[in-house]
Amino acid sequence: MPAFSRRKFLKISGAAAGAFAGGASAIATKSVLAGKEIPSGSGIQTIPTFCDICFWKCGAIAYVKDGELWKVEGNPLDPLSRGRLCPRGTGGIGAHFDPDRLRAPLMRRRKRGDEEWTVVTWDEALNSVAEKMQKIKAEYGPEALALFSHGIGGTFLRHALKAYGAINIAAPSFAQCRGPRDVGFKLTFGEDVSSPERTDIRNADCLVLIGSHLGENMHNTQVQEFAEAVGRGASIIVADPRFSVAAGKAKFYLPIRPGTDLALLLAWMQVLVAENLYDKEYVAKYGFGFEQFAASVAACTPEWAYPETGIEPELIRSTAREMARCKPATLVHPGRHVTWYGDDAQRSRAIALLNALLGSWGRKGGFYYPVSMDVPGYAYPEYPKAQKDKVDNPGGKYPFADESITTGIREATLTGKPYPIKGWFVYATNLMEALPSAKETIQAMQNLDLMVVVDVIPSEIAGWADVVLPESVYLERYDDLNVEWFREPFVALRQPVVLSPHDQKPNWWIARTLANKLGLGNYFPWKDIEEYLKHRLSAAGLSLDELKKKGIIRGARQPVYFDEGVPDRFPTPSGKIEFYSLQLEKAGMAPVPQYKRPADGPPGYLRLLYGRAPVHSFSRTQSNPILSDAMSENAVWVHPETAGRHGIQNGVRVRLKNQDGILSNPVPARITERIRPDCAYLVHGFGHTAKGLKHAFGIGASDARLITRYATDPLMGGTGMNVNFVTFEIEEV
Amino acid sequence: MARYAMVIDTKKCVGCMDCVVACKTENQVPRGFDRDWIVYDTKGIYPTLQTEIRSERCNHCDNPPCVYCCPCGASHVHERGGVVLVYPEKCVGCKACMAACPYDARFVHPEGYVDKCTFCVHRVEKGMNPACVSVCPTHCMYFGDLEDANSEVSRLLNERPGHRLLDSAGTKPQIWYLD
Repeated sequence: MPAFSRRKFLKISGAAAGAFAGGASAIATKSVLAGKEIPSGSGIQTIPTFCDICFWKCGAIAYVKDGELWKVEGNPLDPLSRGRLCPRGTGGIGAHFDPDRLRAPLMRRRKRGDEEWTVVTWDEALNSVAEKMQKIKAEYGPEALALFSHGIGGTFLRHALKAYGAINIAAPSFAQCRGPRDVGFKLTFGEDVSSPERTDIRNADCLVLIGSHLGENMHNTQVQEFAEAVGRGASIIVADPRFSVAAGKAKFYLPIRPGTDLALLLAWMQVLVAENLYDKEYVAKYGFGFEQFAASVAACTPEWAYPETGIEPELIRSTAREMARCKPATLVHPGRHVTWYGDDAQRSRAIALLNALLGSWGRKGGFYYPVSMDVPGYAYPEYPKAQKDKVDNPGGKYPFADESITTGIREATLTGKPYPIKGWFVYATNLMEALPSAKETIQAMQNLDLMVVVDVIPSEIAGWADVVLPESVYLERYDDLNVEWFREPFVALRQPVVLSPHDQKPNWWIARTLANKLGLGNYFPWKDIEEYLKHRLSAAGLSLDELKKKGIIRGARQPVYFDEGVPDRFPTPSGKIEFYSLQLEKAGMAPVPQYKRPADGPPGYLRLLYGRAPVHSFSRTQSNPILSDAMSENAVWVHPETAGRHGIQNGVRVRLKNQDGILSNPVPARITERIRPDCAYLVHGFGHTAKGLKHAFGIGASDARLITRYATDPLMGGTGMNVNFVTFEIEEV
Repeated sequence: MARYAMVIDTKKCVGCMDCVVACKTENQVPRGFDRDWIVYDTKGIYPTLQTEIRSERCNHCDNPPCVYCCPCGASHVHERGGVVLVYPEKCVGCKACMAACPYDARFVHPEGYVDKCTFCVHRVEKGMNPACVSVCPTHCMYFGDLEDANSEVSRLLNERPGHRLLDSAGTKPQIWYLD
């Protein structure tokens, strides 16, 4: 990002800028405490809660000054944030002040997608939704209503729809994000990596990042521990086609050709085996099928990998030796958003196997065993018995998909097979930017009788809804408890800090009211959320009053490593770490990962890569006035050589054109040495097309719209999205 | 006497801009303006590169040209710690200080006066760190008194090499970057 020049203010009038200031918005934002326990209009109150700007759920303390929301800081009691929020969390108050946020329930006036609305009451909106849901149930069965939901806020809606009989429930976090990783690790260790990741970065002596850009991707705990590791001199090894921020901290940077990570991983493992550098005792004790595995990787020498990856054999050897030197405190990070090339579950399995060779699973500085507080769930009546199978993975064509596949539900909606899907409920996930091939999403939605979106902002997907239900932002609502699985047990409370400024409602209220209208009131036996929370907490011997004051209650530390007493058991079919997988073999898939060269793009095109910026979450924060002030637009990263070839100068606005002729909005070219000449890079989340996002509309380029193609992972149905290629059209100046 | 200074470990900084965002909410900095900002400094040819990421702001110089050139006495050195501040009510917005500052650290607030980093004196006087320091998720920023040989900032500058920005300008800046 170019340095912002203060000099320009010598030339312009100081009064020309907008007048937004953190706490001084035109929106009235009285504290929920105002008029209750604490008189309004005086002093500072602090109210603990937990953040919702991403899914990490960091403990936070909100400050209310003279009755108005002022700022949010980390809660020092919280083991995730350790008292320090990330920039998105710090800018979280902007969600409350967002001038574009949804204000009242809306019903579609014209064609789907026209974004022409009538403002209605909650009663009108929910009556209409309930009536159409009953009709779908009568004509097609409740399985014909699908739910796409992301984050803890979807808990109560999911419950209401399950009570109705819905079974097709998915989140893009599986097939468009972490799914391949979790499947690859589960096939190997019998357990997945979960979220927050069970990575013991804090204690790692060597950290290997493969495309994972910690520091730009701001998952708070991980970034804090990453900086801590850098500070104490841990060896950082980064393989990435882009010289990421993390690469700038690395002892070894591997400028890998995109799509060839699996070749690198196999070569690393070949070196560890051939040079006898792996943890022999660990492998002998816990490994299954090591001999077959060793035979399978024997030919994958660094010399074999060199023409594939572009990484010098000596660099492959020296990095493998470095990993071995630090074992078992060598953590080969599994990444998070890993739906890249369609071979993702096997690549993730190779990462799991590399960790297994280094003996890092279950060991300090590797992968710990997460623990959790024992807070029982609310005992609801049983859900109706499903009459049909889920629709997303017919015949188990993706044999290792252990969560529902969003794009599978989309396909069923499109084809009507194995049975028709006639209703979509979408909670807090912008499917238009999260799923590849927006065209298929739009086509699928044509077959719906009901499309409902619950969200805080008028996202692109909300534009396609029949009914839009505006939710209160996290600073205005209670949610379910966060009973996290982490390296120490704790429970956290989200509670309202200020009132919703308009006619927004919390998700628990929306779900409960809808359930009542559907005649499912018996599934919501509690009268309000506080009663629900008290009930759950008292079952665990905890008090809501204490949690309201502290925000977090921590449990006693428990063993998290094998040598602290965690049982060294692996819930795989063999009960061991599966170097050779009979499950995969039986499914007709490679029992040890096999590398296949990725397909090239059209001549002269660059591979489109995308990633995160530390100040934005997905496509959900670009209208947040504080975060958009920190970064209002993305730029396309281009290597100087490539820029020269295309006649592009730094800062010139260019459109990206993909292999299918799709054009992006114009964005500035950021000409930088920090990327391979054969790639272009965009930060995800920009280029909004939703009319209601007035402050983000048309600004920046959407990588998602350029992702017209995807490579489906045969193991679990994930959609590899780094398989699109772009060239440039220079804008007339 | 005290001499407040900031020491920033560029090795740990990831340039996440949390310092920028925290300053904005703490100090209600108007939209479109920043009292602190991030600079990414990259040297070399791909793939052999070095990057230095810096959180920058007013350097609270010991030899502050902005104070010397102010015709209204608005820019001044605070009674404690050498903090350079502006009295908004005295400032006429003539921008002489902005022209004099080699760090581009000042801007005209929409209300007409010149504004910039205050080292969060309102917090420091209550014994707290500046907002940017206390929010930093990488713990790469340190604030303290250089007159106190036992302070963390003094200790860090003793232990590790560091540099200041535009040392040659002779302004004696008080933000130190650890290499």
